Amino acid sequence: MDNWRKSPGAFWASFIPPTLWLLAFFLAPLSLIWAFSFGVKTGITEIDITWTFQQYARALEPLYLSIFAKSLWMAGVTTFICLIVAFPVAIAIVFAPPKARMWLLLLVILPFWTNLLIRTYALIAVLRTRGHVNFTLEWVWENANGFLIFIGLGNFNLIGERFEPLALLYNNTAVVVGLVYVALPFMVLPLYAALDRLDRSFIEASLDLGAGHIRTFWSVVVPLALPGIASGIVITFIPTLGSYLTPDLLGGTDSQMIANVIERQFKSANDWPFGAALSFLLMYATFFGLALRALLTKREGMGDRV
Amino acid sequence: MQSDASSNEPIIEINDVTKIYGSDVRAVDNVSLTVNRGEFFALLGPSGCGKTTLLRMLAGFETPTEGKVIIDGDDMAEVQANKRPVNMVFQSYAVFPHMTVAQNVGYGLKIDGVAKKEISARVEEALELVKLGGLGSRMPDELSGGQRQRVALARALIKRPSVLLLDEPLSALDAKLREAMQLELVRLQKTVGITFVIVTHDQAEALSMADRIAVMESGFVRQVASPAELYEHPTNRFVGDFIGQINLFSGSASPAGEGKVNVSAAPLSDQVLDGTATGSVCVAVRPEKVNVSRDKPADSNLLSIQGSVADIAYYGGYSNLYVDVGAADPVLAEITNAERGIGPGYAQGETVWVSWRPEDTLLFAE
Amino acid sequence: MSLLGNLLSRRGKSEIGPLEYHRRLWLRVTVALTLIFLYMPILTLIAFSFNDSKRNVVWRGFTFKYYEKAMNNSELIEAFVNSLTIAFVSTIVSVILGALTAYVLWRFRFPFRAAYEGAMALPVVIPEICMGVALMVFFLRTGFNTGGWVWPFNLSAITIAHIAFSFPFAAIVIRARLESFNTELSESAKDLGASEYQVFKDIIVPHMKPGLIAGALLAFTLSLDDFVITFFTSGPNTLTFPVKIYSMVRFSVTPEVNAASTILIVITVIITALALRLQNRNNMLQAG
Repeated sequence: MDNWRKSPGAFWASFIPPTLWLLAFFLAPLSLIWAFSFGVKTGITEIDITWTFQQYARALEPLYLSIFAKSLWMAGVTTFICLIVAFPVAIAIVFAPPKARMWLLLLVILPFWTNLLIRTYALIAVLRTRGHVNFTLEWVWENANGFLIFIGLGNFNLIGERFEPLALLYNNTAVVVGLVYVALPFMVLPLYAALDRLDRSFIEASLDLGAGHIRTFWSVVVPLALPGIASGIVITFIPTLGSYLTPDLLGGTDSQMIANVIERQFKSANDWPFGAALSFLLMYATFFGLALRALLTKREGMGDRV
Repeated sequence: MQSDASSNEPIIEINDVTKIYGSDVRAVDNVSLTVNRGEFFALLGPSGCGKTTLLRMLAGFETPTEGKVIIDGDDMAEVQANKRPVNMVFQSYAVFPHMTVAQNVGYGLKIDGVAKKEISARVEEALELVKLGGLGSRMPDELSGGQRQRVALARALIKRPSVLLLDEPLSALDAKLREAMQLELVRLQKTVGITFVIVTHDQAEALSMADRIAVMESGFVRQVASPAELYEHPTNRFVGDFIGQINLFSGSASPAGEGKVNVSAAPLSDQVLDGTATGSVCVAVRPEKVNVSRDKPADSNLLSIQGSVADIAYYGGYSNLYVDVGAADPVLAEITNAERGIGPGYAQGETVWVSWRPEDTLLFAE
Repeated sequence: MSLLGNLLSRRGKSEIGPLEYHRRLWLRVTVALTLIFLYMPILTLIAFSFNDSKRNVVWRGFTFKYYEKAMNNSELIEAFVNSLTIAFVSTIVSVILGALTAYVLWRFRFPFRAAYEGAMALPVVIPEICMGVALMVFFLRTGFNTGGWVWPFNLSAITIAHIAFSFPFAAIVIRARLESFNTELSESAKDLGASEYQVFKDIIVPHMKPGLIAGALLAFTLSLDDFVITFFTSGPNTLTFPVKIYSMVRFSVTPEVNAASTILIVITVIITALALRLQNRNNMLQAG
């Protein structure tokens, strides 16, 4: 690495454009709402920045605290499910032959490249009352019912008088399903990377010394893959915590997450200072998670973040 | 160097073992071998010859496509890697980085459910054995490469396996450390009396350590013999060429009575040699068996050829003379620089005679 | 789905080795179920875009009529063109800014470098919603209301926002590529008389190329994929694809939306495949 003074021309030419962009269109907007978060609303559009903490105090009211708790809980459950599902998938990919490995990885990443809105919409089409899952269940029910009538048990309504479609949409479960659907690749990739880095002779050495596969998993694979597991947990948890679209489209009235509340403050409720305060609380939670991850993985470098 | 500890009682029997990868890559091809109890046995060959695959089949990490592996009298077909009476020292050592030295060494005993007190006693004992006494509480990243290898050794030996498998154990060490470790491995093997099977591509390593060596090439075992036997009596061209240096002349041979053949291999013609190979053959002689003189040797029994000195390479204690005899390759002769100051005593371009005794001549069928 | 079938059927050819975890049945089942979970909704969506029924659940025969309907929906087309335009411009600018960022961080030591690197990573890590509302407030307050401008300048605000969150991603990818650069190459170019700019243009940029392609792919998909930030930065008069679909989805599930979505999926898959191909060829050239 060279000192910038050695070739100042090249330094400034490459330094200024991205820096200006970041300052003007990222740091300035963030600073603006950061300032707003210490203000009060004085009119429809007027905001007085009085450096008060009252917006943050308001965010700690039970109503909003419970939404924060709910968001953390939903993100936590999602992350946990992703971890349980992604671990065997990552193991299967890592140990597959090179060609199959490439295809499997591609298959796991591909949904990543599909528009989030479209994926969410696809889930709605599958899960809604008149959607594919219920349609399939109804078909199964009708056949089962027909069978019952056929064997003479038709009058006892053993499986209900009539098919009741399941309410699969607009509740917390639907939101968690949607979040898992979106976040799963985030978990598979770091786990895959960690397992791929893991020297197979560690596993072989453990087997060679008499340990079974389960013992080897807990005493060798998990401890050695810990940085990858930590990464996976954090990069699944953080975007999930800040999810807006999934709870908005799949959730019911009681499954709003923090991002939905923020959106309301900036749009329908038109209370920018409070929305700004909530935004910064969400950001601080994010930074806390990232710091935790840095602490756990103890590795640096920009390249590790994606 | 046949050791007293080894017997003729087989501990490993490999019967007609073949390993096919994919649909047609024959990594190990119809190999049969016997390793005796207490022996220091080496699998030697160039990379990709199948030696590591064979070793991993003994450990249970690969399953033979065909054939049988018997260890200590038991067929290993249904025995998983973690239930086999063998332990392995990995090429990368595979010392668990998240465990202390003592935890690493004691891992196998912990799995076997050995009492904690006994584990710590045996760990200390094993560490003493590999000269790492007192380092039990260190983490692997605080150790040198050589020390890490000793941890791997102690970790494998502590389970008192019937056979210890070593996969290129010295390849990651620097030259000096490697030599010291060679001697130490031999000492260790004699001390514990466990059968060692080592995989290596380094002939010097195999020759200096092993009681017996199997030379492998592209999946086949080419010869199994003691180091001296391999060097002086290779049974085929590959082994002769792979181990040490050798002069080779291709030609043909026809029968010439009881145990004799008549060989023509440029620049030799109509030489009657001991041997049975006929048809396409290869005549070979080790460079240190080749004599160089200015006059034609008087002894008419010697095989002698006239040529001119093409190149001289001085190595201090000896010199290599490359003598052009009109064949495809020059004849290599290793001359001891017995007299101070004059080196080999020949000049480039000088006309000389190279000669060697018929009994030093090797004859391979091609 | 044939790959799925393959996954389940290709076992039992020979004994499963101890480390051939991928051949164990329960792992295969898990992988298969995961892939079904990931792909069933998308594949159903695509299949039912060809379904000749408004109710969308029962298969009533093959038709292209919803594609025709989507093509004749002028708002949808406008939204589509707008989104592609935004993605295109955003990709170009993001790759340039990303390459410069990567170069600065890779090449130079300067005061507060670590802080600078951290700031550059911020757009990658902060929640989209926060960035979305911040940009919305910023554009409203600074009076940078581009919505009324003539096409394509009416898309300026959204495009600026997309560049702001895309170029740090591109920088990460390009930086990773630069790490493999052998500095002796640029030193020998300098030794042969090349100027600072010539070294950059002739030596460093060609080495960056696979990174630039990967960065461009990432920037393009990020832009096409984005909903939240577009949702907050698009004025009432600017139509973009995600926002248009969003309003349609809120309203109801129709085959027309399926058709429009399918077109977008196909476009992303094609671009991704192309980029992967290019990258593979580049890698092969590098290796050979």
